[in-house]
Amino acid sequence: MAKNKNAGHKGSYGYQKLKEREPRACIRFKCALTNTILDILRQRPGWIEVKEEGEWDFYWCDVSWLRENFDHTYMDEHVRICHFRNHYELTRKNYIVKNLKRFRKQIEREAGKLEARKCDFFPKTFEMPSEYHLFVEEFRKNPGITWIMKPVARSQGRGIFLFRKLKDVIDWRKDGVRTDDQKDETQVENYVAQCYIENPYLIGGRKFDLRVYVLVMSYIPLKAWLYRDGFARFSNTRFTLSSIDDHYVHLTNVAVQKTAPDYDPEKGCKWMIQRFRQYMTAKHGAEVVETLFAEMDNIFIKSLQSVQKVIISDKHCFELYGYDILIDQDLKPWLLEVNASPSLTASSQEDYELKCCLLKDTLHIVDMEGRLTGKEKRIGGFDLMWNDGPVSRAEGNVDTPVNGSFMANTHLGYNNDRKKQLKQLFKPLHTQQKV
Amino acid sequence: MPAVGQIPTPQATGNTNSPLEASQAALSLCRFPSPCHPAAPPEHMKEPLVYMRKAQGSWEKRILKSLNSMCTELSVPLARKRPIGEQKELLNKWNEMGTDEPDLSLFRPVYAPKDFLEVLMNLRNPNYENGDQPSLKNHLGLIQVPLKVKDIPELRDYFSELGLNTGQLGIDDSTQVPPELFENEHVRVGQTVLTEQDSAAAQQYVRQGCPTALRAELWALILNISNQPEDILYYEQLKSNVIQHDLLVDSLIYKDVKLTASNDDYYFVFEDYLYQVLLCFSRDTSVLEHFSYNSATPPKSYIRGKLGVEEYAVFYPPNGVIPFHGFSMYVAPLCFLYHEPSKLYQIFREMYVRFFFRLHSISSHPSGIVSLCLLFETLLQTHLPQLFYHLREIGAQPLRISFKWMVRAFSGYLATDQLLLLWDRILGYNSLEILAVLAAAVFAFRAVNLMEVTSLAAAEAVLADLSTLKVMPLLQIFLFATVT
Repeated sequence: MAKNKNAGHKGSYGYQKLKEREPRACIRFKCALTNTILDILRQRPGWIEVKEEGEWDFYWCDVSWLRENFDHTYMDEHVRICHFRNHYELTRKNYIVKNLKRFRKQIEREAGKLEARKCDFFPKTFEMPSEYHLFVEEFRKNPGITWIMKPVARSQGRGIFLFRKLKDVIDWRKDGVRTDDQKDETQVENYVAQCYIENPYLIGGRKFDLRVYVLVMSYIPLKAWLYRDGFARFSNTRFTLSSIDDHYVHLTNVAVQKTAPDYDPEKGCKWMIQRFRQYMTAKHGAEVVETLFAEMDNIFIKSLQSVQKVIISDKHCFELYGYDILIDQDLKPWLLEVNASPSLTASSQEDYELKCCLLKDTLHIVDMEGRLTGKEKRIGGFDLMWNDGPVSRAEGNVDTPVNGSFMANTHLGYNNDRKKQLKQLFKPLHTQQKV
Repeated sequence: MPAVGQIPTPQATGNTNSPLEASQAALSLCRFPSPCHPAAPPEHMKEPLVYMRKAQGSWEKRILKSLNSMCTELSVPLARKRPIGEQKELLNKWNEMGTDEPDLSLFRPVYAPKDFLEVLMNLRNPNYENGDQPSLKNHLGLIQVPLKVKDIPELRDYFSELGLNTGQLGIDDSTQVPPELFENEHVRVGQTVLTEQDSAAAQQYVRQGCPTALRAELWALILNISNQPEDILYYEQLKSNVIQHDLLVDSLIYKDVKLTASNDDYYFVFEDYLYQVLLCFSRDTSVLEHFSYNSATPPKSYIRGKLGVEEYAVFYPPNGVIPFHGFSMYVAPLCFLYHEPSKLYQIFREMYVRFFFRLHSISSHPSGIVSLCLLFETLLQTHLPQLFYHLREIGAQPLRISFKWMVRAFSGYLATDQLLLLWDRILGYNSLEILAVLAAAVFAFRAVNLMEVTSLAAAEAVLADLSTLKVMPLLQIFLFATVT
């Protein structure tokens, strides 16, 4: 049960309330979105949608509801909600920068400069207006490089522009005019100025970024799962630095691409990440690609660790993040941003299936039905990437001690034979339940 | 672990232990044109059967007529020298020709695969009297010429390395199979083959599939492409030909790329490379050499005003190959493997003059499209007679559906990684027959659903999406695990 509980109310049942992990007769859910997630929730056996004011066991909420209501909503032990209260520590561009900088300093103190360099996956970023002077200093040190100005809290590519001359920034500051409509923001918006990666890896002359999904079940201890599928999003036009004003070239967000004049909705401009991995393997060999993907694992883990102490790790919360990664020509991955509400609207049939499977497996892991033992290393398309420590690929479940060389339990871009795996996973548990 | 009974014992072939040794054994050398009697006239090397030659000749006349009438209708010359301004512009845009959006609405592809199928259906051997109505005793399919095709026992022998007891990439490298069982050793052997630069061994090796990381080099080794400075120079020469002259076929190429590859979910990224390859290909006169063993003959055109005067005859297009709808799909999968334009170009050209040309010319060659169609229909009729009869009854002749797959060598129909595994075997066996076997295997796989359809459209729908198929298991089951 959730929502304004009265004292003395025993719940719908006369007897002792069901324990957290016991299977429930039916699960009442609420959903703030009307896209793929709603379809998935409605199709899930034993899950029932509740109306406006009804009590719920599970809420796929949006972040604005969270902001307004989380602090004064009572939730029973078993209740689950799809966001952490202060996820913005990870997802807002100015906060993640702060947290990463702090984390990096901590590592440097504890483990030395070499270890600290592993945190250098975020392009140099300065908060505006508070760090304006630091930014100008850095700008002057590196003349000629391109910078990108991004609003901290907006998504889908809105309000972003590129610049090379300080004059452009000064003009913009003076104007006080933001390029897009501001119907919901009345206060002054914060921006960040970020170093623009000028040598992105190109395929077919086009720039692309990678969207990867990471599910965090708790921060303390840190438990995170990595989804095998994801995609590469291509810019519809050829990459060149001479066209800084061309919004369409530089931003690979599908939302922006959709408004480009030569956008063909049938095309989709996306590659499944398996295809990307195969392409890279054919071009550079398996070892190089292994290294690249291991570096991406590093990005996921370090970014989560950097906010581990700041995020309120409420056990009711879990969160599915969409990570945006850019690869440069030296095959170094960079973190562009982390999304707490990755788009669940599908742009094509294939995309719809990916998101359906992603969400189904997310719900399997949340495990409202109480079917799992908690020792699984793989559920559907998700692999357990971090469980208060690195997880190894070696045979055996989570508790097995690790010997020999360590291979991380991540399979990004591998074959996702989730149906088979789920069948094997749930069959023995299903028979156990009846006992 | 995989289910018991499915674990292959890792060995290359029968008795031999490695491709290097096997290559010394009977491996058919690839020689073009095939050796034949010294007194054989040149047209016999192109195509020994007269009626096939005649049919090819009339087909060519039709294509040319279509091209010429398009030319007249649109008042576009077959070839034209570009003004300097235009040349400069094209040179600047060479790496992004895909951004160009010329008005191509009036251009139509010269022909589509289904037009070609109609011609093949009407092929008849005048020496062969087949007065009987088609019945289950003779051939029920669309192709009515008596060519010899292999049956399943012969195919098993021919494709012995695809057998159940031999390791394969595409099966034995799946995540369930421990890599020590086959994959690791196979990769090691592949690296040895590359170090030795042994082309014959490579051809033997790829019969079991190429590891992704080694494929580009192995194919180059088999096709004898080394990208020497003179090759790069030759490619640059072709490029300058493109810059200087505009050909009518260029518009056909543009249109084809825009209609097919650009709309493909995966190949759209390589659009620019396709122009860079195909425009140069049209101008490559070295391709004319392959017409000595191709039943087709390059169309001739005459300099304006000198019609019929042989001294003013030129081949048109310069390489003699008129592209049809879907032609660019021969190149698209290669973009996955080769990124340097001149190397990509040479690989494609070699693949064309060794294999792809057979898919759109009328000949009696065992890898020619006519034989492939007949092989497909015979396999289906022999091993799935009920299905074949049912489809025929509802007006859904199987070849009508599978023809386009075979003409394109399945490019654009299969997922790329599966397609490359299939093309590994084309190179390994130096034959296109595997395309017909795969087509039959696909029908066998979806037989249950096909038995329930009641129209051609419904049959097409069942077979519309092949992107989830895994080719090697399908081929193995069809060839080696089906009761005959």
